[in-house]
Amino acid sequence: MEPTNVNDPEYYHKVVDCQHACPAHTPVPEYIRLIAAEKYTEAYMINWESNVFPGVLGRTCDRPCEPACRRGRVEEEPVAICRLKRVAADFKGEVKALMPKAPQQKNGQKIAVIGGGPAALTVCRDLAPLGYEIHLYDEQSKGGGMMRSQIPSFRLPAEVLDEEVNYILDMGIDAHFNTYVSSLQQILDKSYDAVFVGTGAPRGKDLKDLPGRQEGAANIHIGIEWLASVAFEHTHKIGKKVIVLGGGNTAMDCCRTSRRLGGEDVKVIVRSPFSEMKASPWEIEDALHEDIPILDNHVPKQFVIKDGKLAGMLFEKVKAVYDDQGKRTLVSTGEADVFYEADDVLVAIGQENSFPWIEASCGINFNKWGVPELKEPIFQSSNEKVFFGGDASLGPKNVITAVAQGHQAAISIHLFCQGKPLTERPAPGTNLVSTKMGIHEWSYENDVATDIRYIVPQADKALTLKDRKKEVELGFDVKTAFKEAQRCLNCDVQTVFTASKCIECDACMDICPTNCITFTHNGEESELRTRLFVPAKNLSQDLLVSPTLATGKVMVKDEDVCLHCGLCAERCPTAAWDMQQFFYNVTKAYQ
Amino acid sequence: MTYLKPKFHHPDLPKNKLGYTRKYYEGSLSTLCAGCGHDSISAAIVEACFELNIEPHKVAKMSGIGCSSKTPAYFLSNSHGFNSVHGRMPSVATGANLANRDLLYLGVSGDGDSASIGMGQFVHVIRRNLNMVYIVMNNGCYGLTKGQDSATADVGSKNKSGNINQFEGIDLCGLAIELGATFVAQSFSGDKAQLVPLLQAAMSHEGFALVNVLSPCVTFNNNTGSTKSYDYVREHLEATASVDFVPYAEEITTQYEEGETKSIQLHDGSWLELHKLAQGWNPEDKISAINALQNARKHHEILTGLIYLDTDNKELHDLMNTTDVPLNKLTQDVLCPGLEVLESINADLR
Ligand SMILES: Cc1cc2nc3c(=O)[nH]c(=O)nc-3n(C[C@H](O)[C@H](O)[C@H](O)COP(=O)(O)OP(=O)(O)OC[C@H]3O[C@@H](n4cnc5c(N)ncnc54)[C@H](O)[C@@H]3O)c2cc1C
Ligand SMILES: Cc1ncc(C[n+]2csc(CCOP(=O)(O)OP(=O)(O)O)c2C)c(N)n1
Ligand code: SF4
Ligand code: SF4
Ligand code: SF4
Ligand SMILES: [Mg+2]
Repeated sequence: MEPTNVNDPEYYHKVVDCQHACPAHTPVPEYIRLIAAEKYTEAYMINWESNVFPGVLGRTCDRPCEPACRRGRVEEEPVAICRLKRVAADFKGEVKALMPKAPQQKNGQKIAVIGGGPAALTVCRDLAPLGYEIHLYDEQSKGGGMMRSQIPSFRLPAEVLDEEVNYILDMGIDAHFNTYVSSLQQILDKSYDAVFVGTGAPRGKDLKDLPGRQEGAANIHIGIEWLASVAFEHTHKIGKKVIVLGGGNTAMDCCRTSRRLGGEDVKVIVRSPFSEMKASPWEIEDALHEDIPILDNHVPKQFVIKDGKLAGMLFEKVKAVYDDQGKRTLVSTGEADVFYEADDVLVAIGQENSFPWIEASCGINFNKWGVPELKEPIFQSSNEKVFFGGDASLGPKNVITAVAQGHQAAISIHLFCQGKPLTERPAPGTNLVSTKMGIHEWSYENDVATDIRYIVPQADKALTLKDRKKEVELGFDVKTAFKEAQRCLNCDVQTVFTASKCIECDACMDICPTNCITFTHNGEESELRTRLFVPAKNLSQDLLVSPTLATGKVMVKDEDVCLHCGLCAERCPTAAWDMQQFFYNVTKAYQ
Repeated sequence: MTYLKPKFHHPDLPKNKLGYTRKYYEGSLSTLCAGCGHDSISAAIVEACFELNIEPHKVAKMSGIGCSSKTPAYFLSNSHGFNSVHGRMPSVATGANLANRDLLYLGVSGDGDSASIGMGQFVHVIRRNLNMVYIVMNNGCYGLTKGQDSATADVGSKNKSGNINQFEGIDLCGLAIELGATFVAQSFSGDKAQLVPLLQAAMSHEGFALVNVLSPCVTFNNNTGSTKSYDYVREHLEATASVDFVPYAEEITTQYEEGETKSIQLHDGSWLELHKLAQGWNPEDKISAINALQNARKHHEILTGLIYLDTDNKELHDLMNTTDVPLNKLTQDVLCPGLEVLESINADLR
């Protein structure tokens, strides 16, 4: 193999598994260390710069970082990254003064932002400090998009959302709420310098053709519409017996909300096997905890109507069969269809994009999935003035993805408004500094804690089920947060190897607790991987390969399960290894 | 800010036939200088015991005094150990071995511990052919007392303070062959590919096995001009043959041209495979082994690998016709066979 090019910032970035997996590349270990040091304000600001909504995300993020976390590869459970983020938000001090401000003197250019969800608000935040005049249009009465209309208050209290939405709106955004944009052409006609579309994926899928759908309409609701109507206080109750159709997170929010609005016998009924449900494991767990059974392998067949009113639903029982390619088909078990009673049914089987308000005259090409033709990370549509982001751009995802796309769209808009090529994106900001303080002393905690993941306490079910707005999760207290923070392995403290200093004494290889280091003859990657002290089977993790050493061997380090304990550097007589802290920051439009 | 070894290990760490991983053969974190050759030898001992499926509780680690003699704390923490007086490990090992012949005795010593203060003990334990592995971690100096020249320092070798050694260095391997050692090998701490199979063979050998390992002292004897530095040793290594250790009941798979290879079966049925034999050297012939050592010395080469092996020997227990059973397992009826036996002994003396 060629010696690893560690001058490419992406190499060390990838070693920081959580940060790399985070769509916004939040510098996770940096804020976790700040939490351990009780510097909550600083930890919050690190988050805020990257992900804009630390308080919201600390409660609701889809957490792609956690399955990626290195800790999950050396013991059972990853670090509770997401819930530590909430700790920063819960215990922070004054932060507003630390945030960039919009200048009094505007730069003379005007941007229209359509939608007020996380993607749109991120664009506002990144562009406002640059002096753009920003007009935001949203159909809802307040900002936040689906964070407000969909994510229930028992998971995300309104105050938390209001606070973080207002940090942005207070940057002098000219927000027009309760304003549905029914024509993009009209907006374009207003001669904005650029337009950002962050209108989400607002249409919930229905079961239009299922028998009984029309007759039962009064008691059959589309999940996301129903949740919005609860959030905006139009709906206050639901029948005692509720069936929720679907196995994703929307279904979980629907069933749990039903339990709080009078639903006593609430069931989730899903087509697929339980193990293939789309909902996050923790959301399923929370639903089960609230006494909501989940019936899998049931395909809806009919809404059963009695006396002109919905009485329940009929389901066919199926099982999953897989072909050679692993493709799944659901086939009938041959058992009799089953009937479940219901006063109300919530249909939570997915969302779609829908742009009835974008006229053909706007010159925006859509692909066969109904989303605009775009290239990541540019997010410019076939009308060069119109940019997309969030669920409106590549289909429904989650808040953190919407934020990450918002950052990129903001960069594109800024480049576009300056007449610069959109492909010349700013490089990430990086820094690499030694953490060596003295003998056996590093500026980070290199002791590897053996604690297993701490559980976030929850409020009493008897209370939370009575009050839709009562937050279920209580968050870590400061002491538990410290202990959980200590579980982080500091993957950003990189093992930096200087081949010219190595005398090949093997000390590092002998000491490494997880046998990451091997001195051996070079070879092709696939073959070299088999020859390491412990074969490197995890192909998603890179090998750090040195230039050829004096004896003709190379040093090969498998990054997979390195604990970043620093023992290699401790035991190296020549300081050929050093533990260096790597900081990586995705450059934002205003930076 | 700590200096503790984390408890985690690689999730795919292989297990040996006993179901143990290498971790189980490790010891506590070394306090020797970073980069010390002795630590590499400890790692090689761990590897050899893991590969040989040795039950750690059946090993006794015996040592004297010195950085080298401290290392038993850094490997096999699940084994027995005795850290004796400077240079006196051989007597303690002899006593222990006579009391319990069921254990594998791993003696760890230094060049100071063996070639200076312990020389008397060293020669006698060889003479008696005690069944043990005797590892000398040889750095040409007294590491623990800050690097004074030892008796294995070569003539002309320069130490850290610039002094040139005037005295002839003791060749431990040559001496051991002279005294009747039945397994003599020499290796380098930085060459695990050679050291591990040699240690495995030494552990499988019945009788006294000396493994003299050149082991650079990074702090006091790794300077230019020293003949025991990493650089010097690497440049002057000359192997008698490359070594493969093939455990009992496993098939020999590598094929070499005839005349180049020699297989020697050890007591426990395992094989020592020697490839690309040095010219004129026969490991089973004392004279050719001594010649090889002398030749290497003349050419300023460091001869490594197996030097001499005699598989047809009688170890101390056999020579003394002692009981097969460890003393702590002898039951009262054996120890006190009764009046009849006493009377027959007495009758013999009349
Ligand atoms: C029930 C449910 C629960 C969810 N839970 C989570 C969760 O826990 N964690 C998570 O990360 N993600 C969750 N999501 C997904 C997440 O809410 C979305 O991915 C995210 O909000 C998308 O952000 P966005 O900025 O693209 O648009 P949105 O948040 O969808 O915001 C779009 C905004 O545009 C407005 N709008 C649309 N069309 C127009 C128009 N023509 N004129 C004016 N305004 C318009 C809408 O009113 C809305 O305010 C959930 C989704 C649902 C449905
Ligand atoms: C009876 C006695 N005399 C002298 C000493 C001092 N002393 C301690 S270690 C040592 C030399 C050790 O040299 P070596 O065996 O080569 O070990 P190394 O530290 O080099 O590995 C000496 C002389 C002692 N501990 N005990
Ligand atoms: S251990 Fe810490 S730095 Fe490493 S992936 Fe997990 S959270 Fe990130
Ligand atoms: S920091 Fe060094 S010693 Fe520690 S696990 Fe990583 S490679 Fe091994
Ligand atoms: S400890 Fe240092 S000098 Fe020794 S092999 Fe490792 S990197 Fe090289
Ligand atoms: Mg010594």
